[in-house]
Amino acid sequence: MSTSKLNSQTRAGLLFAAPWLIGFSVFLLFPLLKSFYNSFTEYTILTPPVWIGLENYTDLFKDELFWQSLGNSFYYALIAIPVGTVVAIGLALLLNQKVKGQAFYRTFFFLPSLVPVVPLAILWLWLFNGESGIINAVIEPIFHVKPNWLGDVKLAKNVLIVMSTWGVGNAMVIYLAGLQQVPQELYEAANLDGASPLRKTWKITLPLLSPVIMFNVVMSIIGSLQVFAQPFIMFPGGAPERTTYFFSVYIYDTAFRDNRMGYASAMGWVLFLIILVLTYVAIKYMDKKVHYETN
Amino acid sequence: MAKKSLKHQNITSVAIVHIVLVLLSALFLIPLIWMISTSFKTEVQASAFPPVWIPDPVESINYKKAWEYGKEQLNGQAPMLIYLRNSIIIAILTVTGTVISNAIVAYSFARLKWPGRDLAFAITLATMMVPFPVIMVPLFGLFKDFGWVGTFRPLWIPAWFAGAFNIFLLRQFYRTIPFELSEAAKIDGCTEWGIFHQVILPLAKPALAVVALFSFMGTWNDFLGPLLYLQDQKAYTLAIGLQAFRSQAGGAPIHLQMAASTMMVAPIIILFFFTQKQFIQGIATSGLKG
Repeated sequence: MSTSKLNSQTRAGLLFAAPWLIGFSVFLLFPLLKSFYNSFTEYTILTPPVWIGLENYTDLFKDELFWQSLGNSFYYALIAIPVGTVVAIGLALLLNQKVKGQAFYRTFFFLPSLVPVVPLAILWLWLFNGESGIINAVIEPIFHVKPNWLGDVKLAKNVLIVMSTWGVGNAMVIYLAGLQQVPQELYEAANLDGASPLRKTWKITLPLLSPVIMFNVVMSIIGSLQVFAQPFIMFPGGAPERTTYFFSVYIYDTAFRDNRMGYASAMGWVLFLIILVLTYVAIKYMDKKVHYETN
Repeated sequence: MAKKSLKHQNITSVAIVHIVLVLLSALFLIPLIWMISTSFKTEVQASAFPPVWIPDPVESINYKKAWEYGKEQLNGQAPMLIYLRNSIIIAILTVTGTVISNAIVAYSFARLKWPGRDLAFAITLATMMVPFPVIMVPLFGLFKDFGWVGTFRPLWIPAWFAGAFNIFLLRQFYRTIPFELSEAAKIDGCTEWGIFHQVILPLAKPALAVVALFSFMGTWNDFLGPLLYLQDQKAYTLAIGLQAFRSQAGGAPIHLQMAASTMMVAPIIILFFFTQKQFIQGIATSGLKG
């Protein structure tokens, strides 16, 4: 009897899971294996792939644009993630002060994160416009300069970082929810000991929030290294001088403009490996620092 | 006296928090306000420096102009109308497929026991780390072989086969529903499908609403997908239509760009105000339960 029950559960389980088992195989596993194979070939979509061993990978190491675009993506991730995390946690801490009108402020901070990427890009191109942008309208009377934000090799990349920081509303909502789960008794105990607000934040709030921070930082790493639409729309060809040429854009151009599918696949796998290693390191490293509730 | 000074200190700190919050709110809202303000200006006023804050005169005709901009290339049909229609068709097909398929698949992972289930779930979670650029090329080749390139199909059919993030989200929710309910239904002679359909689904509506909401946002915002698969301007979605609007043939003037952008942002903001609770809760749970 128990075997037949097991069988019926197994059958139902597999039937219910079937859409995903098919979807996973066709739209994920197959392309993943195919791209791994392709990365060892010379392949335009019109002619069949020709095996060339590790040549794509060795070529990558000599490819200046590979290093430059990878560097650009890393620069973006290394600045945008810490800045975004600090701003998001800061806003959440402020909102968590139980101030009147909390819901309004939360909405105001959150709204920008709803703006779809194309209008977002168009809007920020306009705000940072060197001639008549509103940002220079604030800067010019004070500093008597009109920086060429979009055309300056040192500044252009940072426009993307400012833009990404504007959209931290999503992360802020997550951190705020995390803060609201911190048990109030802990603060009451700290109050009795006369702890300052700063000390309470540092010693109670942030450690308890650390698993949430870790999860979101890992997801941000995965997301930031893949950023495509923003630089693609705002800085065609990675102008000025390829300083905004991001790795995903290089992969897209290699595959769909230059028709070098094999080379693009090798780049894709390099990106995948980087993400795997970084995620692993983040989890390993932060596991020691992260506070998990024990109950 | 000590008490009094403490209270005094409290009022000051509350005031400071409010001032900081108001200033920060301004910082976050000004870009949006600026977008809307520019969308109502004349072309000359739009690029005046120093900038003009309040449009004078208020040119609401900009919206009509933006709506019809470039209609000559589309036999007199308003391009924005076509883009909007395409975006809505794709969104309906995607959201429907996402909700149905993930509701079913998550049931298997949350409430049915089968050999290999936990391993399959771990692999499912791991797929969230696969960057899209890795599978982009073979996926394009696959859809080309299917003859789907140039149609909407690559954009919505995969949504009918569930996805890691939504399976994860719904599984969390399903597991909070008492298992006694399933047991009771089983004793009453319900099949698994019956339990799923009559017991679990009605209780899971709030979670399904979150999945629907996120999936709508995802398709509405998607840029790379339509860029890869849609070639004919008549098939463009709002996202790539807006990009074409800005960049093709010298591009539309800035006040019309802002009007068109406002038209693409507005539905999302309106949706947010009607579904705030689901939105906020959905984001919070998706980021906390990791």
